[in-house]
Amino acid sequence: MSLVFAGVCSHAPGITGRSERADPKVRDAFYENFDRMRLAIEAAKPDALIVVGAEHFANFFMNNMPAICIGMGEEYEGPIEDEEWLGIQRTKVPACPDLSKRIIERVMRDVDLAYAQEWKFDHGIMVPLHFLTPRYDMPIIPVNINCQGPPLIPLHRCYEFGRALRQACDEMPERIALIGTGGISHWPATPDSGKINEEWDRQFLDHFVNNRRDALLSYTDEETYRDAGQGGFEIRTFITVAGATEGAKGDLWFYAPIPIFAVGCTVAAMALQ
Amino acid sequence: MSLYCVQKLLYELNRDPHIRERYESDFEDLLTDYSLTEEEREAIAKPDIGLLYVMGVNGQILMHYAALRKYEWDEYIEAMREGLRKHGPVRAGLYATVGD
Repeated sequence: MSLVFAGVCSHAPGITGRSERADPKVRDAFYENFDRMRLAIEAAKPDALIVVGAEHFANFFMNNMPAICIGMGEEYEGPIEDEEWLGIQRTKVPACPDLSKRIIERVMRDVDLAYAQEWKFDHGIMVPLHFLTPRYDMPIIPVNINCQGPPLIPLHRCYEFGRALRQACDEMPERIALIGTGGISHWPATPDSGKINEEWDRQFLDHFVNNRRDALLSYTDEETYRDAGQGGFEIRTFITVAGATEGAKGDLWFYAPIPIFAVGCTVAAMALQ
Repeated sequence: MSLYCVQKLLYELNRDPHIRERYESDFEDLLTDYSLTEEEREAIAKPDIGLLYVMGVNGQILMHYAALRKYEWDEYIEAMREGLRKHGPVRAGLYATVGD
């Protein structure tokens, strides 16, 4: 079949873990757009959902850090974090190992990657799933891009990975949805937590929804660190989705800085061709 | 290498229930499994969250250790700020080695 949905959203742990501390009006508008994305994904009737996330040292460490890893487990579970801290109850999450394997094999023809048959989801995947598949009844294919422990994969390789992922999806008989989830500018879990560079975010998001490849790939890690914090390295997840939807444009459904969530909260979807 | 060991311990503590059991039953014994300096051992045991941040522990690892040691979110943020005031700039790792 093909890719039937593609979008991006935020995943910061504060979105669920510190929800009561946010301005209710802004928070609820953000949650409504998560729900809009849930409905859009459900309407696309996918057989599986690929979640391109930025792992945060839940499964991978610097003893053996993959630049890119795709899950191939029989099932997953999450969150790995304290349930109360994250505000999400621990649960099993269904997988689709056969489809995962076929996607991995196809992507490997163009891009080197790792695979994992064990995976404990952290907030980077659990927060989106909490909103998008609240019954945890959709098979998930987790994808991790190392955005935390340099050396990091260059942005143009993420774009190429996205293209390869799209090629793989289009060759599978199943209907597949894709989301990328990361922060844009943010300084999570540091003394600057809550700082958000809205101007930088809006510029990046404008490039993203217009799928301006050259502009998206022009960011250097030095500039991103300076202007968007170490959390800005997670633009790799957005750029992967841009690669997977090359030529398509999208709509920014929601953007608002919510400091207690420590990120500019974002929901956007691409109009697939 | 030493920052690597500090982060490895905290990473394993965050994700491995067996390591957490050892943390609860005999933390000092657990610490001997890792090649740590005296300063690192003390910062972990105390805990001195601010010093661990200054040593370069990644926040994605450190915030979970702070939560395990019963730091509320605002206390965790303040502990890192206090660490910077007391111990100076971050010495190693992502926050010290990239960009400005």
